[in-house]
Amino acid sequence: MSMQSQDIIRRSATSSATPPPQVRDHKLEVAKLIDVSTCIGCKGCQVACSEWNDIRDEVGHNHGVYDNPVDLTAKSWTVMRFAEHQDEGGRLQWLIRKDGCMHCADPGCLKSCPSPGAIIQYANGIVDFQSEQCIGCGYCVTGCPFNVPRINQEDKKAYKCTLCSDRVAVGQEPSCVKTCPTGAIQFGSKEDMKLVAEDRVKDLKERGFANAGLYDPQGVGGTHVMYVLHHADRPELYSGLPKDPAISPLVSLWKGVTKPLATLALGAVALGSLFHYVTKGPNEVSKEIEDEIDREDKETNP
Amino acid sequence: MIRDPKDLKRYNASERANHWVVGISFILLALSGLAFFHPAFFPLTQLFGGPVWTRIVHPYIGVLMAVAFLVIFLRFRHLNRMTAVDREWLAKAKNMVDGNDHDMPEQGKYNGGQKVMFWALALCMLFMTVSGVFIWRAWFGFDITLVRLGAVVHAAVGALMIALIMVHVYAAIWVKGTIRAMWYGTVTRAWAKQHHRAWYRQVTGK
Repeated sequence: MSMQSQDIIRRSATSSATPPPQVRDHKLEVAKLIDVSTCIGCKGCQVACSEWNDIRDEVGHNHGVYDNPVDLTAKSWTVMRFAEHQDEGGRLQWLIRKDGCMHCADPGCLKSCPSPGAIIQYANGIVDFQSEQCIGCGYCVTGCPFNVPRINQEDKKAYKCTLCSDRVAVGQEPSCVKTCPTGAIQFGSKEDMKLVAEDRVKDLKERGFANAGLYDPQGVGGTHVMYVLHHADRPELYSGLPKDPAISPLVSLWKGVTKPLATLALGAVALGSLFHYVTKGPNEVSKEIEDEIDREDKETNP
Repeated sequence: MIRDPKDLKRYNASERANHWVVGISFILLALSGLAFFHPAFFPLTQLFGGPVWTRIVHPYIGVLMAVAFLVIFLRFRHLNRMTAVDREWLAKAKNMVDGNDHDMPEQGKYNGGQKVMFWALALCMLFMTVSGVFIWRAWFGFDITLVRLGAVVHAAVGALMIALIMVHVYAAIWVKGTIRAMWYGTVTRAWAKQHHRAWYRQVTGK
């Protein structure tokens, strides 16, 4: 089990003062590089994902578009999103993006999770859900800037792509990478993937895609799933890939320094009350008024 | 058995029961809510049968509290209208806290501080209920911005409400002879004369 892996650099609802086991925190950061420009939309990655991870989503309906299923679900951890785009010359471009968890360096899901250890981040950059610790609150959904985690309605647990952490742990690439017939999905160290991307971007620029580039958004500290895009200046063309994703300021406010401060404030109110009591004393009914009332009683009823 | 038949009735049985439904549900909500508020309180989930049960039951207790609170709010709303005397009382509240309540203005059934508490808690409860609905994923699926806003408001107002209730409970402990009003409904005439003289005059005709 993951708890034995001793390379967990971050753990949900856990103070940095009590870090998880991370003696092997020197591990190389990995990355999956998805070259959108060479993807043919065959959905082989979707099949390999459900095959390796042994999940069987319900067979759905044809929605009149190629997207199938139309959205990520608790049992479909990756989906191909198809977008039709007309370029300046009036030509149709079919922009196909394999969607799924981006494995952010600064994961909003992990930051939001209230259950200690339900979400962990490995030294290699993989963000993984520990489902047996998941309590089903959905805070990870609230925290994710990419709208990725899904709650399974049967067990009320959150699920998402694991970047095949089990395969990567034994030196294999994720199953979607293994199966991709065009080599549009590659896997390796993050540094290597950036070099591969550089070549691809150069090539695309030579072929007329002046705005080609790598999608490795720094607002979330960079990601461990990166895209090569022909239109890196307009990522939202690719079925709404966010241009500058970051953890929402509302989430930062919710999970930031305000909570420990509020906790201290509550403690201060409790202690303040106690010390008020022992320094000022209780507010008793005065003897004077009690005697007054006794006197009145005697006068009316001697 | 009534200790002194001349004691003054402050709350009837139904009002007391109503208050305790609100009080008990508040305590359960505060304990389960704190568990998700900060990891330091996460072990409190064990009081509710584990973290998953805590997540399941918290919102239902919230519904109970919201309903019971609404009833108590409608019952006591008319007694909590702020007046000029209340503002005068509030201006002198510091003396009261210092333990010097000799020259406080005469108060009716509730003093200015109690009225401020009443309205502050009512406002908190409104915010808690609405924001709680926003983040109750078992039944609702609101837009992500509303859910995020709901999470912030629920946490912030929840902490504020716990602080207010601490003050509420402490005030009842501090002012001797008060808590019995919520146990069996009566207070002594001396208590009423000292703390709520206008109310004392009204109910005794003196």
